[in-house]
Amino acid sequence: MCLAVPARVLSIEGMKGAVDFGGVSREADLTLVPDVVVGDYVLIHAGFAIQRLDRSEAEESLALFRELARALEEDGP
Amino acid sequence: MSDAPYDLHGFRSPEAAAALVERIRALATEPIALMEVCGTHTVAISRFGLRSMLPGTVRLLSGPGCPVCVTPLVEIDRAIAAARIPGVTIATFGDMMRVPGSRSSLEAERARGADVSIVYSPAEALALAAEDSERKVVFLGVGFETTSPAIAATIVEADRRDVRNFLVLPFFKRVPPALEELARVPGRRLDGFICPGHVSVVIGAAAYEPIAHRHGIPCAVAGFEPLDILAAVAALAKQARGRSEGRPARVENLYRRAVTTRGNRRAQEVIDEVYVIGDAEWRGIGTIPGSGYAIRERYAAHDARAALDIDVPAPREPAGCICGEIMLGLKLPGDCPLFGTRCTPRDPVGPCMVSSEGSCAAFHRYERVEAVRGAMDREDR
Repeated sequence: MCLAVPARVLSIEGMKGAVDFGGVSREADLTLVPDVVVGDYVLIHAGFAIQRLDRSEAEESLALFRELARALEEDGP
Repeated sequence: MSDAPYDLHGFRSPEAAAALVERIRALATEPIALMEVCGTHTVAISRFGLRSMLPGTVRLLSGPGCPVCVTPLVEIDRAIAAARIPGVTIATFGDMMRVPGSRSSLEAERARGADVSIVYSPAEALALAAEDSERKVVFLGVGFETTSPAIAATIVEADRRDVRNFLVLPFFKRVPPALEELARVPGRRLDGFICPGHVSVVIGAAAYEPIAHRHGIPCAVAGFEPLDILAAVAALAKQARGRSEGRPARVENLYRRAVTTRGNRRAQEVIDEVYVIGDAEWRGIGTIPGSGYAIRERYAAHDARAALDIDVPAPREPAGCICGEIMLGLKLPGDCPLFGTRCTPRDPVGPCMVSSEGSCAAFHRYERVEAVRGAMDREDR
């Protein structure tokens, strides 16, 4: 029910926009993400963009997860 | 990879997952019980087989994370009754179709000629209403904070365009009050909440601080890839260790690519504009103070509960179903005598089996052997 899928914003017209789900284009409502610009990745839920995805945070999380796992080798739990 | 929001494969790396599992094994030397409260987590945990990867000391409970499952039977009956009113079109997300009411279902009503449309977005329901002003289009407003702002924004839009025949039957639920209620359930241990990622997109990670501070239960906001969930389990296992050494519980945000501390302000404003917080009944659990949204007086013209006179007889709960105990974390699907025999996804008895995101449906689809074996193990003890 709370499934939300990342998509890239292709174009914006007023409060609506075209978004691309890895090759499939659909219209999405952008009312809830007023600052979004073309090229941003957003999370789409029930036809509405609910958040802009932060690519640098994604990379940091991955690094953190790897570090979390590695901490074991270095200093135990 | 230029055409992906981020390195998705990185979040599914088997090597990194194995390393995290080892980390969890080292941390969880004592038994811990963690609960997810999100149907999408329920499905991800089952689909990626995470339960079977974890050490035996870590018990993953499946809480009331499916909005369809926690919608009271009387409200399902109300939706079915609305479908029978001449001139009414029901517009709904697909997972409400097969939920058995006391005496019928929306699917059965449609087969009998009722006008029931499955929509992907509330905006589609508004479009249906705008196309045919003679019909009343009733959208079933089921969902947590992830979904309620989209529906609120649609109500504002309907009001702005004066589409008077667009109505919403509100069944909205708020997650944090439910977590507070779950924190108080006696008779089972609970060492942490895996907090719902997309609810948190809207409400922000800080919304769980009362759970950590007031109830002493660690919280980890998690995304939906295997590494996201395993990292949350590792973080909570680490906090559980800290708790045993007297450190306070806290909220950790492990889904920073989508979740901020304060959440989506615009979505919160739309929620405030259209809804007012009220008590709500959760199926199998009971009434939880402040856990629902009603539509404000200002938008009452779009409130199906006010606009339609829907009379529903007393609901008949299915006999033998233990969905309530499962959602409270007291039992797992394999503990139910109906599971996989009388109650299956094809012919569901209870709400946790009917929605694909319900605990029982996820267990049935992905973990049936484990579910039954787990129940047998517990009986042996």
